[in-house]
Amino acid sequence: MRVVVDLNRCQGYAQCCYAAPESFVLRGHEILFYDPAPPAAKRGEIARAVQACPVRAISVEGLDAVTSPEVETGS
Amino acid sequence: MSALPEPGIVIVGASLAGLRGAEALRLRGYTGPLDIVGDEPHPPYDRPPLSKHVLAGELAPDATALPNLVPLRANWHLGVAATGLDREARTLRLADGRALAYRRLLIATGAQARPWPGPERAALSGVFTLRGRDDAAALRAVLAKGPRHVLIVGGGLIGCEAASCCRDLGIDVTLVDPNPTPLARSLGTFVGGVVAGLLERSGVDFRPGAHVELLEGDSFGGFRRAHLRGGETIEAEVAIVALGAVRSTGWLAGAGLMADAGGLTCDGACRALAADGTPCEDIYAAGDVARWPNPIYSGRLISVEHWGNAVEQAGHAARNMLAAPDDQEPYAHLPAFWSSQFGINIKAVGLSEGADSVAIVQGSRAARRFLAVYGRAGRSIAAVSFDEARWLPAYAEQIRAGRPFPPIRDATDQARIEIHAPGFPPRRSEPAAREIVDA
Repeated sequence: MRVVVDLNRCQGYAQCCYAAPESFVLRGHEILFYDPAPPAAKRGEIARAVQACPVRAISVEGLDAVTSPEVETGS
Repeated sequence: MSALPEPGIVIVGASLAGLRGAEALRLRGYTGPLDIVGDEPHPPYDRPPLSKHVLAGELAPDATALPNLVPLRANWHLGVAATGLDREARTLRLADGRALAYRRLLIATGAQARPWPGPERAALSGVFTLRGRDDAAALRAVLAKGPRHVLIVGGGLIGCEAASCCRDLGIDVTLVDPNPTPLARSLGTFVGGVVAGLLERSGVDFRPGAHVELLEGDSFGGFRRAHLRGGETIEAEVAIVALGAVRSTGWLAGAGLMADAGGLTCDGACRALAADGTPCEDIYAAGDVARWPNPIYSGRLISVEHWGNAVEQAGHAARNMLAAPDDQEPYAHLPAFWSSQFGINIKAVGLSEGADSVAIVQGSRAARRFLAVYGRAGRSIAAVSFDEARWLPAYAEQIRAGRPFPPIRDATDQARIEIHAPGFPPRRSEPAAREIVDA
């Protein structure tokens, strides 16, 4: 997967950090550090982070590979 | 007689603007041939992490590849620079000798780091600029070896971010800048003074008002020390030259376009202007390289070297590229950027250039958590936040609408507003802009 966050848009609400704690981390008051190339196993978490962002700042390539929860948790 | 295939759209520049422009063309229904030319061998990657997380060793340089959000069905020509443009024949010349015909061309060649003046010294090992992925990878490799002392020439965004990374790595840093504070050109010395405080607190040896005159090498071609005006020397193993960027327009020499080191001039609809000032209906530009009359600032010609403009302008140019000549929408953009350094998130909107006043409207400089608004002739023109990002959109709206300065006077938790001089240094004497005209 490839992730990019529009940090002009990001307001540091940190919802992504709750949804995908290993891929998004808030440092200091509002610096977002994220993994732009998270492993496929994180697909479900990343999808939830995208949905949870109140300002819709997260874009992802490779999310559509999720067709069902079975695929997500499969090998 | 069989017809030749109709040429399609060619995009020169395979970074953020080129990629987002290509995506916008496909999203808007363009189904014809699409060629993307990039001088670097890498597919499009994100630059902001390079001077932060890649230098710090937290991200591998190749992890910064940008997501491709729309299927492009494009022909990629990577590692091949464009070397010339023939507008009559509607062809682009490439470094490998090929020519690409186009029906519409999008120029998104961006900018390059302004090199140290003097190629011999710039080529010393240990002297770096920081713009591309390979620059960041090379500099990271050297920082990982734990040099004792790094010299940074230039206290702009890149210089300050690099200084922050080096201090996090425990490396001694001297930062030299001709102005009284860092970020003086973009934020003024009133706000820049806060950044000077951050440098001091983190142990950076900051030399305001200083000029590096010479980078001295040893007999093995490695950087050894810098000589400052006035005779002082600074010993360091690494020098990071962070003197800003020049727009990548050299390849347009002879094309008959209005282009120089400051950018390629466009009309309000992102169409490149010919040397006689007429817009080319088949050539557009977007991102760092484009200079256009921005209606938000009374049609002043500006170019914006920031992430958000690359995305927005590329999308806008794509829209106009597919529209009829009498349906060209002007591009209005409120510039914005962010930076993180010394643990603080800095975000800005608007153009602070020409500001005659600044006011802290939220928080305080002493707490290093505040929002400052810049005014010019009674209008609000720009704002910057230090760890107060959530206030920024409200002020951005006021700035976009050209509201009076200071714009919001009765906000919650707002202290009494005091107006100060922003402290912008005098305009630097640029080498005279070179107009590129037909040879």
